[in-house]
Amino acid sequence: MAAGSPTDPTGRLVTLRRKVQLTIDGATLSVSEGSTILDAAKSLGIDTPTLCFAQNLTPANACRVCVVELEGARTLVPSCARRVEPGMVVHTDSARVRDARRTVLELLASSVDMSATPKFAEWCERYGARPTRFGTPTPRPVVDDNALFVRDYAKCMLCYKCVEACGDDAQHTFAIAVAGRGAHATIATELDTPLPDSACVFCGNCVGVCPTGALQFRAEHELREADAWDESRQSQIDTICPYCGVGCSLTLHVQDERIVKVTSPVGSEVTHGHLCVKGRFGFEYLGKR
Amino acid sequence: MDLKSIDALPTDDEREAIERVLATQPEPTRDLLLPVLRAIQARVGFVSKGALAHACDRLQVPPAEAWGIATFYHLIATRPAPRTVLHVCDDVACRARGSERITKALASRFAPEAAAHHDACWKRSPCLGQCERAPAALRIRAGEPVEERALGGLDAVSAMDALRGETIAVPAPASIQQPRDSLRLLARVGVVDPESLDDYRAHGGYAALRRAHELGASWVLREVSDAKLLGRGGAGFPAGRKWGAVASQPARPRYVVCNADESEPGTFKDRVLMEGDPFAIVEAITLAAFAVSAERAFVYVRGEYPLAAARLEHAIASARRRGLLGESVMGHAQRLEIEVRRGAGAYICGEETALLESLEGRRGEPRAKPPFPVEQGLFGKPTLVNNVETLAAALLIVRDGAPAFTALGTPESSGTRLFCLSGDVTRPGVYEVPMGLTLRALIALAGGATHGLAGVLLGGAAGTFVGPDELDLKLTFEDTRRAGATLGSGVVIVFREGTDFRAVVHGLAGFFRHESCGQCVPCRVGTTKVDDLLARVRAGTPDGTWDDERDRLRELGHVLREASICGLGQAAASALESATQRFAIWPAAMPTPTPTPSNGGKA
Repeated sequence: MAAGSPTDPTGRLVTLRRKVQLTIDGATLSVSEGSTILDAAKSLGIDTPTLCFAQNLTPANACRVCVVELEGARTLVPSCARRVEPGMVVHTDSARVRDARRTVLELLASSVDMSATPKFAEWCERYGARPTRFGTPTPRPVVDDNALFVRDYAKCMLCYKCVEACGDDAQHTFAIAVAGRGAHATIATELDTPLPDSACVFCGNCVGVCPTGALQFRAEHELREADAWDESRQSQIDTICPYCGVGCSLTLHVQDERIVKVTSPVGSEVTHGHLCVKGRFGFEYLGKR
Repeated sequence: MDLKSIDALPTDDEREAIERVLATQPEPTRDLLLPVLRAIQARVGFVSKGALAHACDRLQVPPAEAWGIATFYHLIATRPAPRTVLHVCDDVACRARGSERITKALASRFAPEAAAHHDACWKRSPCLGQCERAPAALRIRAGEPVEERALGGLDAVSAMDALRGETIAVPAPASIQQPRDSLRLLARVGVVDPESLDDYRAHGGYAALRRAHELGASWVLREVSDAKLLGRGGAGFPAGRKWGAVASQPARPRYVVCNADESEPGTFKDRVLMEGDPFAIVEAITLAAFAVSAERAFVYVRGEYPLAAARLEHAIASARRRGLLGESVMGHAQRLEIEVRRGAGAYICGEETALLESLEGRRGEPRAKPPFPVEQGLFGKPTLVNNVETLAAALLIVRDGAPAFTALGTPESSGTRLFCLSGDVTRPGVYEVPMGLTLRALIALAGGATHGLAGVLLGGAAGTFVGPDELDLKLTFEDTRRAGATLGSGVVIVFREGTDFRAVVHGLAGFFRHESCGQCVPCRVGTTKVDDLLARVRAGTPDGTWDDERDRLRELGHVLREASICGLGQAAASALESATQRFAIWPAAMPTPTPTPSNGGKA
């Protein structure tokens, strides 16, 4: 190690990042080079709606609900994907931004069942979006072809997160992809092969990143169907996965003394929020003594 | 990669088609996926499970991804399909010339995409780039070898014959209908033998490259910059700046990509250049690669242009044999290989970053910019992406010098430019004129409108309408920008008196709905909502009041323009919006509904 290189308290080498100064909604701030406009806005306490963005995935840049106005840019820019540059002047709540976000929300609501999307109703209210203005989504049958999770594609907004989590952002299984084009695009396996016959390893990382509830763990789905899913009655218990030596951080979601869901903290250095089939689903035996 | 294979085997034909593509390359790399899928399609008419399995195994592509890619392109069938498919153009320029008579006649006998007889079917197609011979079709008969034939000047009878597989006489009106003495970009088209390198050289070929080699790459960069050449693909970006940016990147290797995915409805100029003067395009790419120090170049030719692709491949092979490509270009210290890659039916792949994705063997979905291709383009490396005509213009600039180029046109829009005239105009074709000519004079050059002039679509589906009182518009980047219009890719479609513009804009909306890649919400959902809204306008059945519908359309225009990822979505409502300002699109403004054409448009 070169002498004088900065280290953190544990002695590991730290990359010093230069600061970039920019202005957001009239406030001037400095953030680390490489940050996105979304990061910078967050540091000012600005709550930006996002759907296709996740901290542990490459920005898909697809939903466009996080767009902001950047002075000098011809069009609005996605705050989740656009990195800060010195001197940027950004507006996150201008009429241009509000109009675009409102219509994006209305378009989503017209084509996708957003009823299980956290905060969606709140955003609609914030931007004055009328969800049925452009029509209502077409119902589709729920796909129930495996023991571990169910897929309700009426709720799929094609955010690409599941594809990324299955692919090179986490699992490297590549069991699913976006197929078809335009309005006919869907999440699919090759030749629409049923998931159990595909390359899927049932890690559940797709379910873990789904923002709209299109993918749901079976226990959660069944409780929700029975109107018995109640997060206020759930406790979250952090633990370490007992299966192998990797030591993945687990969060057990427990309702009425039953584990109803297993997640991993996105900030975990071990998992970045992703798990394997054992950590995610291998707890059923606990209730079967 | 540890991939789970598809449990199916290819037929011998499929295997052979795949292996033949792989044999042309040193390594079976991912970017060969589209060529492989095209080869399977060409051989058997669809991509079967077994063929997909073999392609995935050989290229180490996950089957789900390969499926996502195969289903992206409309010239690739993923279900068993008839061997012969007649793709009948149903787009704006062919409709103006009565293509609906053909689709109606065919539909009365055979449903689209349903197997007709003799193992054949027909499909509606977006613009085929054969607008000067509208109405047009493209017949593809899978087999060994595949037969791909562009058919023009069709009527209901000849279209039916084409579907039956009969050889039909194709009227071949010259694509160039103006006096030859003023031609520069088109000077050799129709004069030179497009399959003879000697003839090309006898007509001044390779003088520009020789000059470039003599004077050096930095001289070339300066000359292109001094000529103020603006990109001819549609966006009008200064070519000199792009070339300079690629040349100044530290990263290597660098690539040159010639964007020949000419798909803007009503555009056929690049096809005419490639078919008529293919060696010029090869020389122009060689020149660009010399200027930016690239050793590998690709020409991405749209899938619907079989003759252009064949002529370019022939030209590249001839040039290579004669030392004009390869290890030492013209004996100079320049090394270059050029490859033709063909699209497979996706307008979006004309967008430069979608094109790069497609070239890499992925779905043709645009990338977020920045980073721009000049920094991180093909395979993440600095890449010069230029339209065919832009490269052809650069060749002239280097051959004759920047002053000769800027002597024509206006100070801000230098040189000549190709315009594609189609629709209700006396002599449809490609016209080369100095920038700054008025639209009126250009239409006059093509013999004027055939049946009066109700309006012009300038710049293509992503362009704007111009009314009969605006024909004095000067055709330059600056004048069109000031007028809120665009030159786009040089499209000029003329519409006759009595045109039902509601039907025209509804057709454009259908085009964008069909061609949206689906990646971003504004475009994927917005284009369908615009199309649905226009269907209500035509049916006279508003959702709420017409004022509600006007509000919806305004907001759809806003979100498409402001929040879409790429130019496709951003421009998807521009022609429509310009039409509502000029023509009676809204029912309230219409005294009576426009009658449906009963005489088929014949005057």
